[in-house]
Amino acid sequence: MLINADTGRCIGAGMCALTAPEVFDQSEDDGTVVVLDAEPGPERAAAVRRAVQVCPSGALSLAGAPATG
Amino acid sequence: MTQAMPQPVTLPMTRERPLDPPEDLGRWREEGPIRPLLYADGHVGWLVTGYAAARAVLADPRFSTRVELMHPPFPQRLRQAQIKPRPGFFLREDPPEHTRFRRLLTGQFTVRRMKLLEPRIAKITEDRLDEMERLGPPADLVQAFALPIPSLVICELLGVPYDDHERFQRDSSILLSLESSIEEITAAIDGLTDYLAELVRRKRAEPGDDLISGLVASGELTEEEITGVAVLLLVAGHETTANMLSLGTFTLLNAPAQLAALREDPSLAESTVEELMRYLTVIHLGPIRTALEDVEVAGETVRKGQSVTIALGAANRDPGRFESPDTLDIRRQAMGHLSFGHGVHQCLGQQLARIEMRIAYPALLRRFPGLRLAVPADQVEMRSNMAIYGVHRLPVAW
Ligand code: HEM
Ligand code: SF4
Repeated sequence: MLINADTGRCIGAGMCALTAPEVFDQSEDDGTVVVLDAEPGPERAAAVRRAVQVCPSGALSLAGAPATG
Repeated sequence: MTQAMPQPVTLPMTRERPLDPPEDLGRWREEGPIRPLLYADGHVGWLVTGYAAARAVLADPRFSTRVELMHPPFPQRLRQAQIKPRPGFFLREDPPEHTRFRRLLTGQFTVRRMKLLEPRIAKITEDRLDEMERLGPPADLVQAFALPIPSLVICELLGVPYDDHERFQRDSSILLSLESSIEEITAAIDGLTDYLAELVRRKRAEPGDDLISGLVASGELTEEEITGVAVLLLVAGHETTANMLSLGTFTLLNAPAQLAALREDPSLAESTVEELMRYLTVIHLGPIRTALEDVEVAGETVRKGQSVTIALGAANRDPGRFESPDTLDIRRQAMGHLSFGHGVHQCLGQQLARIEMRIAYPALLRRFPGLRLAVPADQVEMRSNMAIYGVHRLPVAW
């Protein structure tokens, strides 16, 4: 899975950093998303998918996610 | 949908049971996620009760949050709708104006920043518990615990002297009461604005390391705008969390097995907070959005200029999203609830509110293992007449 983050859309609500802290952080300046690990392993897939789902601004998307997602 | 369009309904304001949204909302949700709603000014707009439709409207930039466009869904809002928002009150601005404020503030409210506040919040909580213990039972949990904790925290964050709390708490509660007259509301806004404008001027002369001083130093906003932001943060920052703390405690006291589970296992605090947020949905009468152009929502066409009221509480009880939605289950995965809103206006202070609640509920239960209501549950007066749901007072003993 490959994570795509659009910082232009991100409103810095922090849902991603809260849901998958190993994968997402927020910038110190404007609070927008910082992807720590753009290609997380399968053990983090569930948390990452949850983060994408709860993101309020639609800033996060996934490529190469298995069809079962 | 092939059936004839249902007749417009009016928004139900009374609950059959204090912790459940009005029954009509659930019945209507079963018929469809969106239906026509008759507004208090005669406008026919819409009411959304389904989870997916609520998310879709809140995330859609074709809907505006501006007060000038909004129709009031119930009579008490007729008055509020006539009050023009002040500069800096970005909750009622659309992008790109909204974005200018939000961008400036989100860096101050990141998950990591809020985590740094944990020790301070824990100390504030323990101090309140010490005070409750010293005074002895019975106590009103609202005044002794639920209101002071978030007030002290937001005051520290903003750099507002807590000693002035009586003043801003009185004005806030006038603002949030559905029974206030237009004169009372205007006076309360003026009171808060004058008070905070004076504070902003003081911060310019003697900056501290608080958020208001930071905004002044950034040079990006006018003094009037900073004052508006401070009013919004101060009001939004304490009443909401305060009501969650007291109503959440009332709810747990009515669910003794789950209360005991949380006391035994503090690691349940995170899921408990999300579930109480979902189950209680204290923002119980909105949000309201207005279509800037024709928009399809769940198979219906919302016409340009029509208002849409989003019943967050009904959406949070949508069985299509949450299994057995009317059951309180502190172990469930409730994240994804809409109680902090959704889309670009999703609550700025949500990570702060989460940390406050994750600290405060378990600390209260640990300190007073015998915590109980000091009056019968049906004598606890609910805040049906306020924009934020909760209890007016919560007499407890231990
Ligand atoms: C449990 C407590 C809280 C609840 C239930 C809550 C709920 C909400 C909701 C539903 C919205 C969206 C309103 C809309 O879309 O029209 C919102 C926005 C907002 N909240 Fe909260 N909130 C809470 C705590 C806080 C705290 C602690 C703060 C401040 C530090 C805060 C500051 C704000 C601000 C500034 C906005 C406007 C955001 C924007 O327009 O971009 N809230 N809140
Ligand atoms: S959840 Fe979405 S909007 Fe919030 S910080 Fe992460 S990417 Fe940005």
